[in-house]
Amino acid sequence: MAQRSLEHQGQQSIVSSLVNLLQSRRRQDLILKTVVYLLLLIGAFGVMMPFFWMISTSLKRPGTEFTFPIEWIPVPPRFGNYWTAWSILPFNQWLFNTVRITGLSILGHIISCAIVGFGFARIRFPGRDAIFLLVLATMMLPFPSIIVPLFILFKELGWINTILPLVVPTFFATSAFYIFLLRQFFMTLPLELDDAARVDGCSTFGIFYRICIPLIKPALGIILVFSFMNHWNDFLGPLIFLSDLDQYTLALGLRFFQGQYRVEWTLLMAASLIILSPCIILFFVAQKNYIQGIVITGVKG
Amino acid sequence: MVRSLMLGKSKLYWKNVFEGYAFISLWIVGFAVFTAGALFGSFSISLTKWNIVGTPEFIGLQNYQKMIEDEFFWKSLKVTLIFLLNVPLNLALGLFLAMLLNQKIRLIGFFRTLFYLPSVTAGVAVSLLWMWIFNPRFGVINVLLKNIGISGPAWLGSETWALPALIVMSVWGVGGGMLIYLGALQGIPTTFYEAATLDGANALQKFRRITVPMITPVLLLNLIMGVIASFQVFTQAFIMTSGGPNYATLFYVLYLYQNAFQWFNMGYASALAWVLFLVILAFTFLILRTSSSWVYYEGG
Repeated sequence: MAQRSLEHQGQQSIVSSLVNLLQSRRRQDLILKTVVYLLLLIGAFGVMMPFFWMISTSLKRPGTEFTFPIEWIPVPPRFGNYWTAWSILPFNQWLFNTVRITGLSILGHIISCAIVGFGFARIRFPGRDAIFLLVLATMMLPFPSIIVPLFILFKELGWINTILPLVVPTFFATSAFYIFLLRQFFMTLPLELDDAARVDGCSTFGIFYRICIPLIKPALGIILVFSFMNHWNDFLGPLIFLSDLDQYTLALGLRFFQGQYRVEWTLLMAASLIILSPCIILFFVAQKNYIQGIVITGVKG
Repeated sequence: MVRSLMLGKSKLYWKNVFEGYAFISLWIVGFAVFTAGALFGSFSISLTKWNIVGTPEFIGLQNYQKMIEDEFFWKSLKVTLIFLLNVPLNLALGLFLAMLLNQKIRLIGFFRTLFYLPSVTAGVAVSLLWMWIFNPRFGVINVLLKNIGISGPAWLGSETWALPALIVMSVWGVGGGMLIYLGALQGIPTTFYEAATLDGANALQKFRRITVPMITPVLLLNLIMGVIASFQVFTQAFIMTSGGPNYATLFYVLYLYQNAFQWFNMGYASALAWVLFLVILAFTFLILRTSSSWVYYEGG
């Protein structure tokens, strides 16, 4: 009897200590989570601050951006700033130029890198792996290292002040990163697909175009988003190759704007915001593709 | 029979050779002209004195000799090397954020998007935004500092603070690296942690013995990409500071650009370009060489 009660007590204490342990675990978890959320919130605040600042400034009456304390929500908000900033200078022309260059560059990258990526992924030929290493090695070549000869080459060709220097190279698979990405995607497709198609009399190009391309559409989406961001925001290339105002891209135009209206921060922020917005919108629309692309870079790199 | 088999095989072989090279021919042409050709051209020009209008005058290695005595070359190299500090900063902060987001928490997608957002913005617009943020009197940073009784520095207008300001700005883009870490962290099998917990490992031990080794390949990737990108900083310096004040932000590529397209010293700019290429190459190889001792490849 006595023994039994002892045993019982023992069991009870085990149970209660287990409960205690669980409770402290839960408390630990709770504390940990609170800390995590707190840190994330602080971080989020820091990251978003520049955006708030930009939007807030862009909505102020010119002149009122220089007041204390900061008026975060301007009353009334001046949405007219966007229109003013856009119409002071030929931004419409610059938008057209930028869209043209960006669109053609994306097309060039997608077509050329898909063809080359397919060659590296699905055809076995001598020297392939060595050449592919060379492709990867070109990622280390900084663009500034070759701007002088490229400038001279394009000048000799009479291409300066046209979109050609910015667009033509993209049709020659000049982005090692996109080749790499597309090769990885092509390699994930089962080789039996090719064999089956070949038995049906399909040529290699047919396999590429009719069978593989439709299957790697998500990858092409990733390239589209990446190269859009790159070319839309590109500055050094247009700065060197374009000189006339009517050939400018938005990035060059914005810099010109800054030179003309140095202290008009309300208008500068309004114009900057308009120019950044396509990237931000595209990111939200294509977020899945985008994040997948980045993660693949890490996992397969 | 054997003969015909071999013949058949070699027919396929030659078909593959032909088609393989046909598919990558675009790259071969592009590489020959825009990469190898350009690099070779750059080297040839670097042996000349040339202001682009006249004819190039061959001067041997004089441009490279000139660099050794050029204080602005050294200054620009120093500025760029100091700026490289942003790389470890971004590596550590990016990993930290990724680990926070890798907890079982709500709103992870929301936070991930938020932290990543700055990385999709770039170029002139962002440079202008940060110029305004760093405005000594009316910029948001100094106004907030003033609210807590600190009078902030002149940032971009200060020789001491201009470069740190640009490093702060680069940290804003930490979300790019964070996302890559997050992908790697989510690829670590949870069984590793469960086994470690059973063996009585604490959180710090798990971090050092499991998390860090498992993400070293990604760490290496971010490190190399960060170093290569940092050597090529141009837009911020060109737009925000023009290299000033007193050359405090004279980044290497900015100096190269000035030589080539403002002063038309094509020869000297090309010498600078080649040295940049070699420096990046050296850094990358150094990192790759040491990486075998700290990068862990699963199953390798």
